[in-house]
Amino acid sequence: MPDASPRKLVEVRNLKMHFPITSGILRRHAGDVKAVDGVSFDIFEGETLGLVGESGCGKSTVGRALLRLYEATSGSVVIDGVDIARLGQKELRRIRPKMQMVFQDPQASLNPRMTVAAIIGEPLAEHTGLRGNARLARIHELMDQVGLNRAFANRFPHAFSGGQRQRIGIARALALNPRFIVCDEPIAALDVSIQAQVVNLLEDLQDRLGLTYLFISHDLSMVRHIADRVAVMYLGQIAELSPRDALYANPLHPYARALLSAVPEPDPTLESSRRRIILAGDVPSPANPPKGCNFCTRCPQAQPVCHDVKPPLLEVTPGRHVACHFVPPITAAAGSTGGPEASERNRQGEDR
Amino acid sequence: MPDGAEPVLDVRGLKTVFRTREGDVHAVNSVSFHLRPGELLGVVGESGSGKSVTMMSLIGLLPSPPAQVQAGQVLLDGKDILHVGNTQLQSIRGARIGFIFQDPMTSLNPVFTVGNQIMEPLRRHMGLTKAQAQARAAELLDLVGIPDAKKRLSGYPHQFSGGMRQRVMIAMALACDPRVLIADEPTTALDVTIQAQILELVRDLRRKLGMAIIWITHDLGVIAGIADRVMVMYAGQVVEQAPVKELFTRPRHPYTRALLKTIPRLGGPRGDRLQVIEGQPPILMAAPAACPFAPRCAHAFGRCLHENPQRRPVGLGHDVACHWAAGETAGEIHA
Repeated sequence: MPDASPRKLVEVRNLKMHFPITSGILRRHAGDVKAVDGVSFDIFEGETLGLVGESGCGKSTVGRALLRLYEATSGSVVIDGVDIARLGQKELRRIRPKMQMVFQDPQASLNPRMTVAAIIGEPLAEHTGLRGNARLARIHELMDQVGLNRAFANRFPHAFSGGQRQRIGIARALALNPRFIVCDEPIAALDVSIQAQVVNLLEDLQDRLGLTYLFISHDLSMVRHIADRVAVMYLGQIAELSPRDALYANPLHPYARALLSAVPEPDPTLESSRRRIILAGDVPSPANPPKGCNFCTRCPQAQPVCHDVKPPLLEVTPGRHVACHFVPPITAAAGSTGGPEASERNRQGEDR
Repeated sequence: MPDGAEPVLDVRGLKTVFRTREGDVHAVNSVSFHLRPGELLGVVGESGSGKSVTMMSLIGLLPSPPAQVQAGQVLLDGKDILHVGNTQLQSIRGARIGFIFQDPMTSLNPVFTVGNQIMEPLRRHMGLTKAQAQARAAELLDLVGIPDAKKRLSGYPHQFSGGMRQRVMIAMALACDPRVLIADEPTTALDVTIQAQILELVRDLRRKLGMAIIWITHDLGVIAGIADRVMVMYAGQVVEQAPVKELFTRPRHPYTRALLKTIPRLGGPRGDRLQVIEGQPPILMAAPAACPFAPRCAHAFGRCLHENPQRRPVGLGHDVACHWAAGETAGEIHA
């Protein structure tokens, strides 16, 4: 949880990740899929930043570019004071133990031919001097930490259920005492009764080890449970970045509002009385995003200006950032908690 | 049956077993339920709870072997369809029972146009001519909210987005005006804003067409917004069945209660920790002789371990298969 003086552990500035489209046998460069197109945010030490959005919005790409599993097109990613986007391979390898990832599909991210002990022990063998019994002791310790029976260390992944496999993936991510973990849809492949087990485990580990998470998910209810602040992405850009309670109580960006109103609640009385915002149409292709605001093609409040000018992500009340022409920035927010001195615009995410 | 009209679909004691090399897996264990005209029955359960297998068994869609429907009756408008021949079953499927599957990409044929695929059941079951079928197909696409319907008939599935493909699937399922529509996780593969579009469409179609729907899902939120009545399945059994409001306000089975508590909410107070159901659902290698939920149940007692509870009424249209919940009710009634 951020205390009085939270320290930034991760600073992302104007991150872009474009994947080239090639055509013909000469593989001529025909365009770019702008999966992530100018994203800026901070993650404070010890907090969980939720990153939500629909499929194809670029949230997983952000997570991967952050750990340099992709070479970002441009922008900077500073983790614990080091800009990892510009590091050479050698330095990068030295820094890797600090940042780890938990993947979505525990079936695909665990090698079926390796035992649990070998999977969890691999990072130890690569990055530490631990050998033999010392390594095995550490593997057992990690298995205890994530609630796996150490008697199963020599079994293969197929012998475990989905939830247990995800625990193996988490143990592997913890092996090198990371400070920062990117959780990329860690519960999407699990049943509801198992999801809660894994989320509680992630929270316990955070409390015990002081971890910082980027929690990527499309499940807005779960993100409300686990995240301290939430960034809502749409078509490669952040539409709104707000503290959790503020966002869920009163989303400011029209997309955030529509997204939250579309999530069905397990309460029939509430559901029958709820006012839903049904968006028309589909998400445009990231290879050919609309001019102006990304959301202008589906926005119920779109005005002519939205089709021309891209709204920057601005701080509209202290701690809340919104990219919309019609959410007045902090100067105009009458009666907000901040005085005139807070009217200094936050330039985060303003690009071009 | 509590009130009202004769059920369109009445399923009694359905039992399906998968014969595998490792032994028999008892996927559906004496499932009984009914569906009234115009009603939407929600079926919830986790993966492996038998919800899809139940629905596939009753219209003969499971490959046999390994699947074997061992017992039961499936009455569609009073006539048993479980023991009819394949040809007759084919004339029922698509015509009187429509089916929508989870993944619209894999259930549409990529090499035929969308129009072709919607016209197929029309020509086959209703004997329409090509021109008639074409007109009706355009009408159907229009009905499910696809703009420029006539032109889109000549499009191929890959030219449609996920949400649009699901609309095409719905149009196909509705083609012959079925009495019953079975929708198996129709919105699970879709994004929430697209899911909201599809749910709105289904609400609208129900008002217009009034067919009975069975809606399979694991998402209790979707159920809350769309169902009239809910059936909760666990380990191939129906553990609880109630009108939707009753189920969400007064769940009786410990599994239903736990399930409702483990899911985080979008609104309301935010708990510090999620409630957890410890353990995992069982794989039944034998017909259950005890309550299948007992190993994970906080209320389990001696009887639960050697007697599988039968469904007992606990309220109007509300029944539950649980020794503990039934005891609780008996206490209430006698008090």
